[in-house]
Amino acid sequence: MAESPILRLEDVRKSYNLGTPIQAEVLHGIDLTLATGEFAALIGPSGSGKSTLLHIIGLLERPTSGRILIAGEEISALDEAGMTVLRGRTLGFVFQFHHLLPEFTALENVMMPTLIDIGRYTRGMRERARWLLGKVGLGDAVDKRPTALSGGMQQRVAIARALAMNPPLVLADEPTGNLDSHTADEIFALMREFNREEGTAFLIVTHDPRLAVRCDRRVELMDGQIRLERSA
Amino acid sequence: MPFEWVLALRFLREGRMQTLLIMAGTTVGVAVIIFITALVSGLQVSLATRTLSTQAHVSVRAPDDHAEPALERGKTVVAAHLEPREQRLRSIDQWERVYRELPEVPHVVELSPLTTGSGFAFRGNASKSIALMGVIPERYDRIVKLADRLVAGAYRIGPGEALIGTELAKDLGAGVGDRIRILSSENRDDVFRVTGVFDLGVKDLNRRWVVMPLRSAQSLLDLAGGVTNIDLTVDDIFAAEEVAQRIQARTGLAAESWMAINAQLLTAFKNQNMTTRTVRAFLVLIVALGIASVLVVSVVQKQREIGILRAMGASPRRIMRVFLIQGGIVGGTGAVLGSGLAALMVYAASMALLQEDGSPLIEGGIEWSYYLVASATAVITGLLAAVAPARRAARMDPVEAIRYG
Repeated sequence: MAESPILRLEDVRKSYNLGTPIQAEVLHGIDLTLATGEFAALIGPSGSGKSTLLHIIGLLERPTSGRILIAGEEISALDEAGMTVLRGRTLGFVFQFHHLLPEFTALENVMMPTLIDIGRYTRGMRERARWLLGKVGLGDAVDKRPTALSGGMQQRVAIARALAMNPPLVLADEPTGNLDSHTADEIFALMREFNREEGTAFLIVTHDPRLAVRCDRRVELMDGQIRLERSA
Repeated sequence: MPFEWVLALRFLREGRMQTLLIMAGTTVGVAVIIFITALVSGLQVSLATRTLSTQAHVSVRAPDDHAEPALERGKTVVAAHLEPREQRLRSIDQWERVYRELPEVPHVVELSPLTTGSGFAFRGNASKSIALMGVIPERYDRIVKLADRLVAGAYRIGPGEALIGTELAKDLGAGVGDRIRILSSENRDDVFRVTGVFDLGVKDLNRRWVVMPLRSAQSLLDLAGGVTNIDLTVDDIFAAEEVAQRIQARTGLAAESWMAINAQLLTAFKNQNMTTRTVRAFLVLIVALGIASVLVVSVVQKQREIGILRAMGASPRRIMRVFLIQGGIVGGTGAVLGSGLAALMVYAASMALLQEDGSPLIEGGIEWSYYLVASATAVITGLLAAVAPARRAARMDPVEAIRYG
């Protein structure tokens, strides 16, 4: 692998309620590397630690121990503000519940990550947001509020939003979890398309084995450990 | 527009009913604060002005005579009875020097020397007890506007001429042009021609005052060249007591302010002020609680969005600012609208509340200081009320917010 990996975890552990009688280790030493432009599924039963791992990778939680490098940057060296900036610039998020801001139109929602980064609206971010919404097939719905869109359309907006900053890595937590299978396929295809065309790496947490097998790589988590890794 | 403002404005705009109600509440709060302040101080000024139309702001006179113990006993306690001295009519010692010095005291505007004493007025078989008021007409007119209070005759007090009040005129059956004889407490008498009849709006003064030239009073009261009082006005009527104290300390003379003379009125003012302050404080508190409660609800409602904003790279500090700005905007909007409403209310009150003579009881104009203070208070209250909700929003754990969306 010539390029440095977009994500690298070394012996990452996570415990809750540290130092109390109910202390529990949820992740028991995870080693994981994700190459630039990789399209990977993270699977495993409920309670296996998938979400915790995704939150740690997403810099929303800190691990108890272990090293994390995102785009070559060591996380433990960063303070809260540094993590916030790194998160905004290198990571995109897609959640099961789209978490769009209902007060803003589709276009404004897609511009939001860039607005947070730059601090104000620019012509460039507007153009990129329009282009992204066109790509996800919502070119006609830019001025609609999320509440006026169907579940599938909302998730498309969320994907466009995750790509607004053109991040090298998008983390998706059950992105098709509350969609019917037909719509789920469409959303999956969309992510695949961005992966191919833009070279964006994806790490997708999913319960759906149909989708998991269509990823380049499957990482299976069981009881806080990586049990199995399979490449397509 | 910065990110924080974009969000704050949109959250407020989309909060529709909540935003509208809390802005209305803030507006009414600001308006009422300004209105009661303007109303109460307007009424006080009006009442004080009316009281002061017949008296000086500060009156300076010779210090009281008091009994001095004949022996310097030091620390020894000696049983003794000190009889209070009787007070005699006397002039202010070196009054001309004092008169020249007084304008140097801060706030002092106008001065008028006065020689006053008691006596009787006679006409035909009628005799009435009176107060002699020896004045320099053009000077005294700046203290008490007698010229405006004349109901007959002219404001002219030449040698041998005098002004009397309406009640005395009735009692003596005297009118303009009639002659009256004045006998002073020093048993000297003189005859004056009535040149004008005044109505000061106070029966007692209308019954007792006989305003005559300073020289006439001096000779009647056997105080050649002397004056018993120096009346003065100040630029800020509520500074009168302070001016009186300063004059007393500086000259050693007795100085009495209208505030000391009308102590009851002042006490009433003080109580009024305390009441308005209390009302204002509670209004501020209610507005603050209103803003805080609306924002707290908003933070809870927006839990998921705050989580995703955090995930997208918004720092806790910026999330906090979004909510602080909302508080500030609510306060600021309330300040602007409330000031407008207050101006209308004050104007309406100035049209509706009239004195007996038909003049407005309070001024309809805009006293900027009330508006600025109330507006600043509203904005600061908005910001402070937003602190707790904003901190709550900033502390929100994005993982929790997202997971339980």
